[in-house]
Amino acid sequence: MTPVQGVDRTFWYILGISIILLFGITVMMVCFVVKYRRSKNPVPSDIRDNYKLEIVWTIIPTLIALSMFYVGWQSYLGLRTVPKDAMQIEVSAQMYSWIFIYANEKESENELVVPVGKAIKLNIKSIDVIHGFYLPAFRIKVDAVRGMTNYAWFFADRVGEYSIQCSQYCGVNHSAMVAKLRIVPQEEFDAWLAKESD
Amino acid sequence: MTSTPSFYHQSAPPGLTGIKAWLLTHDHKRLGLMYLGAVLFWFTIAMVLGLLLRTELMSQGRTIMGPGLYNSFFTLHGVIMVFLFAIPAIPAIFGNFFLPIQLGTDDVFFPRLNLFSWYLFMIGGLLAIVSLFVGDGFPDTGWTFYVPFSIQNSKNVGLTVTAAFILGMSSMLTGLNFVTTFHRMRDKRMGLMQIPLFTWSLYSTAWVQILATPVIGITFILVVLERLLSIGLFDPDKGGDPLLYQHLFWMYSHPAVYIMILPGMGVISEIIPVFSRKSIFGYKAIVWSSMAIAIAGSLVWAHHMYTSGMSDVSVFVFSLLTFLVAVPSAVKVFSWIATMYKGSIEMTPPFLLALMFIYLFSVGGLTGLVLGAAGTDIHVHDTHFVVAHFHFVMFGGTGFAFFAALHYWWPKMFGVMYTFRAAYWGAVLAAIGFMFHYVPMLILGLQGMPRRYYDYLPQYETGNFLAGFGAYIMVFGIIIMFVNLLMSFRKGVPAPADPWGGTTLEWKVPSPPPVHNFIDKPQIMDFPYDFKGVGEQSQKNGR
Repeated sequence: MTPVQGVDRTFWYILGISIILLFGITVMMVCFVVKYRRSKNPVPSDIRDNYKLEIVWTIIPTLIALSMFYVGWQSYLGLRTVPKDAMQIEVSAQMYSWIFIYANEKESENELVVPVGKAIKLNIKSIDVIHGFYLPAFRIKVDAVRGMTNYAWFFADRVGEYSIQCSQYCGVNHSAMVAKLRIVPQEEFDAWLAKESD
Repeated sequence: MTSTPSFYHQSAPPGLTGIKAWLLTHDHKRLGLMYLGAVLFWFTIAMVLGLLLRTELMSQGRTIMGPGLYNSFFTLHGVIMVFLFAIPAIPAIFGNFFLPIQLGTDDVFFPRLNLFSWYLFMIGGLLAIVSLFVGDGFPDTGWTFYVPFSIQNSKNVGLTVTAAFILGMSSMLTGLNFVTTFHRMRDKRMGLMQIPLFTWSLYSTAWVQILATPVIGITFILVVLERLLSIGLFDPDKGGDPLLYQHLFWMYSHPAVYIMILPGMGVISEIIPVFSRKSIFGYKAIVWSSMAIAIAGSLVWAHHMYTSGMSDVSVFVFSLLTFLVAVPSAVKVFSWIATMYKGSIEMTPPFLLALMFIYLFSVGGLTGLVLGAAGTDIHVHDTHFVVAHFHFVMFGGTGFAFFAALHYWWPKMFGVMYTFRAAYWGAVLAAIGFMFHYVPMLILGLQGMPRRYYDYLPQYETGNFLAGFGAYIMVFGIIIMFVNLLMSFRKGVPAPADPWGGTTLEWKVPSPPPVHNFIDKPQIMDFPYDFKGVGEQSQKNGR
C-alpha cells in the first residue's frame, strides 16, 4: 500500500463513520421533535438519567475514537518512513518561490522534475519566514522553517504534472507561491538534469 | 410584582442618572447589556469583512481588492471574531447577566472589577481601531501572528498584539469574577448538584480563562520585545526557536476554543430541557464533561502543529489526547438528544436555533476527527477544510448558540417579546446559507486549496463561487434575525416573567429584573430541571 492509499483509506474510514453518526443524530433529533411535539404529547415523561446507557455511549465513542487514532497514526507512519533508496532533493523556500537543488548542484526555480518509479525525499528549509511545502496529489505537507531541515517523501508512481502550493501564510504573494512537479521518464529526467541551469 | 422598578429605572450604586448610571454602574445586568452593544458592533464589522473576503474569492484573480488589503482584512476578521466576539460573547453578555441570578444572588463578587473589565474590553477594541489608522496600517499576519513573519513585518503588529493583550486581561478578570461568585455568592441552600448547567459551563470556562490567558499575554509581550529589542528568543540565527512561539501561542489559543464553545454548550443545555418540558438527561454527566473538556482541552494544543517539524513522538501524543477530548463532547450531544425523548416539545425560535446548533456543531466535531488523525491532517492542515471545520464549531456552534441565547433571554433582558415568524425565517435562511457557505469549503480543502489564499488555481473556482453565494444568503438571514429583535422594542409586546415555562431562577423574577434581582428570597429547588408542575403554572400565565 502506498502512503497515498493509506491516507485515503483513513479519510474514508473517518468520514464514513462520521457520516453515519451525523445521519443517526439528525434522524433521531427530527423524529423526537415531530413525534413528541406538544400537541401530540402534552404530558412529558420524567426521565433524568440511565447509567447503563450513559456508560455505553461513553465507552463506544472512546473505542471508535481510539480506532481512528490508530488508523490515522498508521497512515502517518507511511508518510514518515522513507525507503532507503530514495533520491534526495534539497528544497529551499523563500518569499515567494521554491528552489530545488539536485545532487549535481543543478538548481531549478519553481519546477521540480523527478524520474518516474522512484521514491523522492525532499529536505526542506526556509531562508526567511515559515512556508509550507504542500503537494496535494501525494498528500504531503511540511513546513519550511529557517534553522531546521524538515522532510517529506513521495513515490513518483505515474508520469504527469502536479501542483505544489505554499500552505503556511508567508506574506503578500503567499497564494502566488506555486511550483510545478513534473514526473517524467528516466531518460528525459537524465537529459534535463545534465542540462546547465539557465 | 410590577410595583418593584426594574434595573433600568434604578441605578447601582444608587443616585446615578442618565449616562452615568450606565458608565459608572456596578450592576452586572447593565454591564451585560453594555457588552451586548459592544459585541454586536464588532460582530457586524467582522461579518462585513468576511463577506468582502468571500466576494473577492468568488472569481479568480482580482475581483474587488488587492492582495495587501485582502491579507489585512482576513487578519482583522480573525482578530475581531476571536477576541471581540467569540470569546466574550456568551460569558460577558449572558454570563454577566444571568450567572448571579441563576445562583440566587444580587451581583458578582467584585462588581467594580466587573466594570473595570468592561473598560479594558473597550480600550482593547479602541486600540485595534487606532492601529488601523496609525503607522503602516493593520497587520497582515493572520490572527496567529506566527514568527518570524510577525517580527519582520513592518506593519502595526505591536499595537495590535497589545490590544489583544488588554482584551485577554478583560477576559481573565471576568473569569475571576465568575469563579469567586460561584463559590462565595451562591445561595447557601444551593448545593453543587443544584446549579444550572449554564452556570456550570461558565464556571469551567472561567478556570480556563484564568489559567490559559496569562500564557498568551506573555507570548504577546515577547513578540513586542522581540520587535523592539531583537532578543532572539524565536530567532534561529541567535539560537532561538520559531516553533517555541507556536507552542506558546496554541497553549492558550487551543484552550481558547473551549472558552468559546463551552458557554455555548451551556446555553443549549438550558434551552433543550425547557422546550422539551423535561429534565436534562444525565445532568451529572454534562457537568463532568464540561470539567473534562476544560482540563483535557488544555493538553491538546500541538495538534495545530503536525506539519510544523516537531517530533513524531509529539505528533503521536497530541493526536491521542485529541481523540480523547472528543468523547465528552459526544456525550453532551447524546444527552441533548436523549432529553427530547418522550418530552413535550414546543417549537420556538430559541429551540429551533438550538437544534441547528446540535447539527452544525456535530459536523464541526466530526470533521475535527479528520484533523485529529495524524495521517489525514497532513493533507488538510492549513487548507480550506480547516477553515470550514472551525467555522462549523465557532460559528455554527458558538455563533448559533449566541443567537439562540439572544432569542431565549431577550424577553427577560428587555421585557418585550419579538415576532416568531420573522425569527424563524431569519434562522432558516442563516442555516441554509451556512451550509452553502461552508460545505463547498470542506470540499475545496479536500481537493487541496490552502487557506489565506488571495487567489487560487483554476480548478477551485466553482467551489469558491458557491461559498460566496452562500455567504450572502447567510448574512441576509442574520440581518432578518437582528432586525426582528430590534423591532420588538417598537411593537413593545410585554413579556411575562416566565414566557417559556423555565425552571431556573431567572424565570422566577420579573422581566426585566429589579436591580437586586430578587424581591423575595428565592426558592431553591432540589433539582434545577424539575418540570413537575410547570404545565399548570404556564396555563395560569394565560398561555
